[in-house]
Parts: sequence; C-alpha cells; structure tokens
Amino acid sequence: MNLLETLQIGLRGVGANKLRSALTVLGILIGVAAVIVLVAVGNGSSQAVTSSIEQLGTNTLTVRHGTFGPGGDGGRTQFKDLTVDDAIALADDVLAPDVQSASPVVSAQAACTYEGTSYSTSITGTWPSYFEPSNLTLASGTSFTNDDVTSSRRSVVLGQTVVDELFGSVDPVGREITCAGTPFTVVGTLEEKGSSGFQDSDDVIIAPLTTVQGHLTGYRSLDTILVQAVSGSAVDAAESEVYSILDDRHGTTDTSSRDYQVLNQASLLSTVEDTNQVFTVLLGAVAAISLLVGGIGITNIMLVTVTERTREIGIRKAIGASKSAILGQFLVEATVLSIIGGVAGVAVALVVTQFEIAGVAPVIMPVSVIGAFAVSVALGLFFGSYPANRAASLRPIEALRHE
Amino acid sequence: MAAVIALSGITKSYGFAETTVHALRGVDLMVDRGDYLAIMGASGSGKSTLMNIIGALDGATAGHYELDGINIDSLDESALSIVRNRKIGFIFQSFNLIPRTTALANVELPLLYRGVGRRERRERAAAALASVGLSDRASHQPNELSGGQQQRVAVARALVAEPSLLLADEPTGNLDSQATSDVLDLMDAMHDEGRTIVMITHEDDVAARADRVITLVDGMIAAERRNRP
Repeated sequence: MNLLETLQIGLRGVGANKLRSALTVLGILIGVAAVIVLVAVGNGSSQAVTSSIEQLGTNTLTVRHGTFGPGGDGGRTQFKDLTVDDAIALADDVLAPDVQSASPVVSAQAACTYEGTSYSTSITGTWPSYFEPSNLTLASGTSFTNDDVTSSRRSVVLGQTVVDELFGSVDPVGREITCAGTPFTVVGTLEEKGSSGFQDSDDVIIAPLTTVQGHLTGYRSLDTILVQAVSGSAVDAAESEVYSILDDRHGTTDTSSRDYQVLNQASLLSTVEDTNQVFTVLLGAVAAISLLVGGIGITNIMLVTVTERTREIGIRKAIGASKSAILGQFLVEATVLSIIGGVAGVAVALVVTQFEIAGVAPVIMPVSVIGAFAVSVALGLFFGSYPANRAASLRPIEALRHE
Repeated sequence: MAAVIALSGITKSYGFAETTVHALRGVDLMVDRGDYLAIMGASGSGKSTLMNIIGALDGATAGHYELDGINIDSLDESALSIVRNRKIGFIFQSFNLIPRTTALANVELPLLYRGVGRRERRERAAAALASVGLSDRASHQPNELSGGQQQRVAVARALVAEPSLLLADEPTGNLDSQATSDVLDLMDAMHDEGRTIVMITHEDDVAARADRVITLVDGMIAAERRNRP
C-alpha cells in the first residue's frame, strides 16, 4: 500500500462527513490566520513607530525642561529654567565640539483664522537652525531668518495640513493669518512629511522664537532645546557634552535629580523597537494559543471519528490491514484536515492584511506565514497521532462486535 | 491430504478466579484441504469463540493451532494480520462491507493491504465480482445494494485474495430464503472448485449443505457426522 493509496483512503474519510470536517478545518483556519494577521499588525505598528522616530532624525538630542522618571523632584528645592543662554552655551565650539547646533523651542496651542476659516493647531517658536535636524524642507517661499528672530518679526512657515485647512487651493505665501489675535505673514510652506503613525507631523506652524514668546507664551522657560550632533556617530559624545555644560550651568550637584532631561533619539528608537518586539511576540503568542485550540479540535473530532468507525476498523483488520495501515489512514485524515485549514488560513490572512487594522497597516512577516503553516501541519500529525494510535491498537474482535 | 486446520487441545477462558468462564474446554479438530465443514451449536456453546480462534482474530488460552502449516500460537499481532490477509477469507453475518465505498473498492481491499498494484487489483476484483454475478453493481455503494447482493459482494471480497480457507460466520443469518439459497449455491460452487470452507450456523438446512457437521456443546465437540464422504 503506497502513500497515494493511503492518501485516497484518508481523503475519503475527510469527505465522508463534510460539515464536521469543515468545522474542524475552520478551527485551524482561524488559528493560522490569527497568527499571521496579528504578527503582521505588530510588525506594521513597529515599523510605523520606527519610521516616525526616524523622521525626527537620529543624530539629534532633545533637552527637555523638568524632571522625569524615578526620583522626581523630591531632592530639589529650586528649578532653573531652560533658557536661550543654555542653548547658546550648548552650541559652544570649544566646550561642545560634537554639537553642530542647538535650537531653543517653545510651543503653544492657538486657533488661527484666515478669511473666516478657523483652525486650531500648534505653533512652534524656534530658530532657523531647527529646520535641518528636524528634517523639515520648504515646499514654497522662504524660511524666516536669524534677523527675523532678533527683531521678532511676525513671519510664519506653515505645515501642509495647516495650509489645506486654512487656504485650500489658494497659495498662502505672502498672505496674512491671525493667531490668538495677532496677525502673522506666511513666508513659506513645508514639504509634506506624511502621517507617521500616531501624530500628523504636517499639522504645525513654525515661527521665530521671540515672536511666539512675545505674543503667545510669554518669557517662561523653554520647552525643549533641539541639539544636533555633527554626525550620527557623534550623538553619544554630544550627549555627555550637553550633560556637563547644563550640569555646570544649572548647578546640579546630584546627577539623579537634574532639572532637565536629555532624550537621545537613537536610544529611544532602540527602546521602542524592543518594546514593539515584545508586543509582536505577545500578539503572536495569543494567536498561537488559538492555533493550539484548533489542534485540540482535530484530536477531538478524530476521536469521535475513530469511535464512530470502530466497526470499519475491525473489518479492515479482519481482512488483513496491518497496524501501520490503520495508523496511516487516520493520520492522513488528521493531516489533510490541518493542511486544508493551514492553506485556507494563509489565504484568509493574505486577504485580511490588505486592509488597515486598528489604524495600523499590517506588514506580513514571511517567517510567520511559513511558521504558521508548518505548525498547522505538525499539529495535524501530533494531535492526530493519539486518535490514530487508538484506532490502530483496537483489537479486531472487539472492534467487530462494536455497533 | 495436508490439513488446512489442525487444532489440538484448544481451550479458551475469560475472566479470573471464581468468575472464570470456560468458553472452550479442549477442542481437537482437523480440516483437510477441500473440506466443507459446518460448525453447529446453541448460543453459548462456544462456536463464536472457536470461529475467532480459527480466524486468527483471537488467541487460545491453551492448545495448539496450525493453519495451512503455519504455527499460529507464536505469532504477534502484525504477523496475525498478514496471516488473515493471505490465508483467510471472512464472510460475516452482517456482511461488514465498508460504508460509502463502492462494491469494487470493497472487493479490492484485501489486495490493497497485500500491496498488489492498482491495475492488477482492479482486474482481479472485477473478476471476483463477475464470479458472484454482480459485475453490473461494481460502482454501487453498500447502501444501494440488497442484503443478498451485499453478502455476495462480501463473498467476492473473501475470494479475491485466493485464501486457503473461507470462514463464514452465519452467512445467511440476515438473509431471506431466496438470497440464502443464492449465497449457499455460491458456496457450493466454491466448494466444487476445491476451496476449503468452514461455516458456522445454527440452521440444520444450511448445515446440510456441508460435507461434515460438528456440533459444539459447552465448549466441546459433542457430535460429528458426515453428510457426504
């Protein structure tokens, strides 16, 4: 008896009870599809976050005001503001040779209007040196200049989302908008960066630091200082220079209770990647459980089948079927069920991942497709082996007596 | 003439200690090649137990059994399945065809398990079906056949592998009188071809077709008569 004949007998068994076979296949199908889709969703969200961090630039450091993390501010009595002088000190060529530029940043939320159209967005006040490390490029018009900063001119550069909301198809350059009661002249617009997963990086207005401070935020502490290192590999050196300069300027005595924090984009990126990996593995594990449940479904249905066909097994044994022939027959039945389920599951997953799921565009990992399919086939063999073995071990006279 | 079946001192008991049931209490039996033997007995006389032992479906508690020169006592389960496949053709009271499987495929089964190639299997199964007069029913499934037809398919299946022994367990028990005589005529014809047949029955007119009749009472052979020399 060769493999083909065993396969035929097995297929006939699967076809004998179509509804039951279909339901068993469905269990495997859902398991396989869930593994592939959920891993693809995890992978897709990981890629979205990674690309949004990469858009910020990986050779930059962000100095934030305030304390974060464990320890809090319990040990400190006084908070020093993050000031423009801090930013100037960070750009010092001698003390910080690895820092190329340092741009102070304040931001405010404001409603802006143009000819009756109103739109609320975030206004960032900074220096022209902010554009390069932030990967911002101009689509039309010009940027504001250092001169604009010194004389607090009311010149703004608009992100693409703001342009669409306020102006529609009108060219905004040279026109005037009103934000929080103050008129501003649009001098340029930014190239579209696209949505980076969680936030729209085109939903911004950028203006000279002094202008925003003068009209919107007042002269409080800076929100952040964006520090650009001279190269990607100089980020860590730049980070320690930033610490030593600011510790000196802020009189930090205990490094665990600084009144500022430095965020390193590169290390943030690797942290986020680690987190996402855990997230993806978790999703995959949940899905793997449903695949396992599908496998148990195979055992269950094959046990029913073996019981139901005990007499048939007895007949086959009486006319000379060997133990291995019976074993093969039922193993093939179980494996055929799981292979059909696996193939259908892969097909369903390929269709489902074409759509956005919970705001994430799934990205299929080929290894999850191959893995889920291989596991489903192995499940058929593993979970089919107990019922098949039970069938093969039946004693012919008892099996024949079975009604 | 060499004996196809040689049973000596066969006993079979079930259970333990006080609850032990002795189904067979020492059976000696020789069946020669070409013999047509009927085994009779009331229910509980041990005839089914004897049939299971002769059919290599069950082992004896004690005693010695040789089938066609092969010592059956010492064989393991996988060797027994080979013996059943090569040496014995079974005909059961309830036909025992595989459901949802055509008559031809049912007849092919013993050859399939023997490893005969597809084409030869088809030809031999078709010839066996023709010999029981059911060529036109080859592609029918068991539930599309009458009882008599099903039993004739079972006879074809028992014959197809050219076994040394045909073992029939109440072959006419579920059949009407017309089908009964059809099946018994078939068995007569096989006997005329020189096949060895052992048939278990409790009906005298069925047993009358055999050359030799033994009667079991309480697990022992109580009487033996010869209808024909």
